[in-house]
Amino acid sequence: MDESRPIFVQIAEAISNDIISGAMPDESQVPSTNEFAAFYRINPATALKGVNLLVDEGILYKKRGIGMFVAQGARDRLVAQRRERFTEEFVRPLLAEAEKLGIGSEQVAEIIRKEGTR
Amino acid sequence: MTAVVETKGLTKRYGSVSAVQDATFTIQEHTITGLLGRNGAGKTTLMSLLTGQEFATSGQIRVFGANPVENASVLSQLSFIKESQKYPDEFRPKDVFKSAPWFFERWDKDFAERLIDEFRLPLSRRIKKLSRGQLSAVGVIVGLASRAPLTFFDEPYLGLDAVARQNFYDLLLADYAEHPRTIILSTHLIDEVSNLLENVIVIEGGRIIVNQDAESLRGSVTTLVGTAKTVDEFVGARKVLHRDSIGGLASVSVAGLSADERKQAAAAGLELAPVSLQQLVVRMTESNDNEFKESA
Repeated sequence: MDESRPIFVQIAEAISNDIISGAMPDESQVPSTNEFAAFYRINPATALKGVNLLVDEGILYKKRGIGMFVAQGARDRLVAQRRERFTEEFVRPLLAEAEKLGIGSEQVAEIIRKEGTR
Repeated sequence: MTAVVETKGLTKRYGSVSAVQDATFTIQEHTITGLLGRNGAGKTTLMSLLTGQEFATSGQIRVFGANPVENASVLSQLSFIKESQKYPDEFRPKDVFKSAPWFFERWDKDFAERLIDEFRLPLSRRIKKLSRGQLSAVGVIVGLASRAPLTFFDEPYLGLDAVARQNFYDLLLADYAEHPRTIILSTHLIDEVSNLLENVIVIEGGRIIVNQDAESLRGSVTTLVGTAKTVDEFVGARKVLHRDSIGGLASVSVAGLSADERKQAAAAGLELAPVSLQQLVVRMTESNDNEFKESA
């Protein structure tokens, strides 16, 4: 866990990552709050808050008496969300650092092309 | 939510010394609360009052809705594990575990046996001959296996090595998840337990200076790093909790930045870093004037 963001947000992100990577496919059951709490060594109330964040977004849903499941289409929606944030979270910081170092955007594009073919 | 502990204006004086001063707080059922503060801040006195082992000078205490002092129906629901626990001279760990069910109605013998294995505790050695860590293990096992609805751990880890402490935290978390109960954990090793805590109470000089949920407390203070000029311009009239500088650089901790202010700071070229719970408690309790409490 890093200290810079609330732990429950990080839990929600960790679960989202597993959904995006395919480790937790649509309609599969996700671990219980207590299992998350034990795995990440956090208070179960915090784990519940993280899970509930995804329930509110419709990524996870509850089957009464059985547990928590990945909603149909959850992966597609998460991928779309992440794509929207891609520019702000990755491209802008990259360009800001490049500017600091005097690397022009043409040069940045060139570096990216090169790295992409490796 | 049900309050398990409620105090109002709770005060304990020893002669002219106020060990606990005007403490008003509640602790909700089925939470893990960290009771944090420096040596002599009043943590142990506060727990002794809540467990009916000390009489309050003034103020009110309600534990499970009643005054705990000499109240069997309340005391039977408590477990208080303290660092300085005394045992009868001839006692061995197995005698402690044999007598534990007389005091704790929810004592789980199988769980206790698992814990004894986990902590590799020699059962037949006299308590007096145990190492400091083994003695702490006896307390930890009693505290966990008693499954008391309200359990106090006062610095339960003295002499326990890092592996045994991690074991204790993992076992506490797993058993708490399975058998929810209210736990109050007093500790100096804040970094080690900070993710286990749902609530945090900070006591300094006998006064409660913070009583807040751990998550919002963690996010409440930010350290700004940059050139001294930029930092000072941004900080302006804000209350500074801590300031370090080296050469032309400054690092300043401030409380209560809004999301907009954080963006402004980042745009001004400042680096923003979170302050850990441990650092926060250090900052709040290192100065005597406690300026923090007005701004928190």
